[in-house]
Amino acid sequence: MPNEFLRSMDLYQENILDHYRRPRHHGPLADADVTQEEHNPVCGDRLTFYIKFSGDSLAEVSFTGQGCAISQAAASMLCEEAVGRNRQDILSLGTQDVLDLLGVTLGPTRLKCALLSLQGLHNACAVRAV
Amino acid sequence: MKQIKADFPALQDGLIYLDNASTTQKPQVVIDAMVDYYTNYAANVHRGIYATSERASERFDAVREQVRAFLNAASSAEIIFTSGATAGLNLAVRLVGQTLQPGDVVLVSRYEHHANLIPWQLLARERGVTLRWFEPDSAGELTVDTLVALITPRTKALALTQMSNVNGYVAPIKDLIALAHQHGIEVVVDAAQSASHLAIDVQAMDADFLAFSGHKLLGPTGIGVLYGKRGILETREPVFGGGGMIEDVELEQSTWADLPAKFEPGTPHIAGVIGLGAALDYLMQIGMDTIERHVDELYKLAVMQLSALPGVQLYGINDHTTAMVSFGVDGIHPHDVASILDRSQLAVRAGHHCAQPLHKSWDIPASSRASFYIYNTPDDIIALVAGIKDAQRIFA
Repeated sequence: MPNEFLRSMDLYQENILDHYRRPRHHGPLADADVTQEEHNPVCGDRLTFYIKFSGDSLAEVSFTGQGCAISQAAASMLCEEAVGRNRQDILSLGTQDVLDLLGVTLGPTRLKCALLSLQGLHNACAVRAV
Repeated sequence: MKQIKADFPALQDGLIYLDNASTTQKPQVVIDAMVDYYTNYAANVHRGIYATSERASERFDAVREQVRAFLNAASSAEIIFTSGATAGLNLAVRLVGQTLQPGDVVLVSRYEHHANLIPWQLLARERGVTLRWFEPDSAGELTVDTLVALITPRTKALALTQMSNVNGYVAPIKDLIALAHQHGIEVVVDAAQSASHLAIDVQAMDADFLAFSGHKLLGPTGIGVLYGKRGILETREPVFGGGGMIEDVELEQSTWADLPAKFEPGTPHIAGVIGLGAALDYLMQIGMDTIERHVDELYKLAVMQLSALPGVQLYGINDHTTAMVSFGVDGIHPHDVASILDRSQLAVRAGHHCAQPLHKSWDIPASSRASFYIYNTPDDIIALVAGIKDAQRIFA
């Protein structure tokens, strides 16, 4: 009981709310090389990622979307993390990396919200044609 | 009603449980009845000749008669134990499907939970049957006028929930079934929500099939009931086979047992049936009319309080909704609402509640839902309102 309570308390710490209210890397990229849409029909979270590559490196990354605070904050944080990295780096990011960025533990339902972004960036980096 | 919370061990630690449409808490007597079976007379039913098997069989059969009385069915031959409403509805769809031809039409109400929609989709794909929506009117009511306009000579079945699990809308089931029967249409009723809240009379309703779950009315998970009219069940073939549903067995054919055994292969969830019996006992001591009134008062209080909150939208309220409220909070996703309420030990549900088509018709991807039952009190509603205000403060 106490652990679950603490976990809920952490969920809306300032950095998550900050990224939700004022997302970084937010907005479409007109000349994106890859546009990747993700959707969780279970709750209506939607994210679209835009990436401009320079060689294998993610020169520009941004997103648009709507949904819960966790899904949108995770997208903002991941875009910050992803810009300037290369495709392989992104593809090797995992669940724990997302949780480290968010700075919280999440139950299985909310975890799906957080991982929608990872899925989007993974799919976007896999799509890139040479 | 005030003493009721004390009977529920899970509610002694400050949990304010408002997700009863999903599942209900269990009174100690239900838990004790199941533990008693496993501790003292765990044996199979209708198979053994020794004392504990006979005790288990007597208890099991007594619960079947209890359920018959709970539904006012004409005979306990019409009471089939299942693993829950979903299994019951799947079985009912299969049994109705045995009479359907390619090109036949099945009407499905827009309010249906996926359990009374997806099985029809699977059937439709296999059998070339067509599905059509039975839409509510602009007030959210399912009406005889709408239904009569939809019916054609090819309409053969109707999937109808007696009470929506999203907004608690109670359909005029008796009138709709009467109209359906005038046109030779079989009706499969989803009573998963209604059985917990309303006195059900399958004879008065004239339901062809009706399904409910034990866990939504204080019983254990994994047990439910499918009611089917005797005349219909006698003409349909079993869908699942095994022990207990046969008379004489050869390689390529067998003769079937009498009803209801014909539709109950294998060892049933005996502890589940016993737990269901204890749950029905508990409910009958309170009385379904008292339960309906109590829950409706909480619903009215919730609607009044939540309507007064700026930035809160209530979905689908009409003259025939009760027992629960689905709502949205401006600028805050239902998941975030639910997580913040969780901080104050309030349990509500967020998502589409297994009713995506209803949410699509309202043009929202998801909602938060608070649903009330016998152990909830006006204080729980006050806590809900305070929790929503918390959420609004955090996201302001």
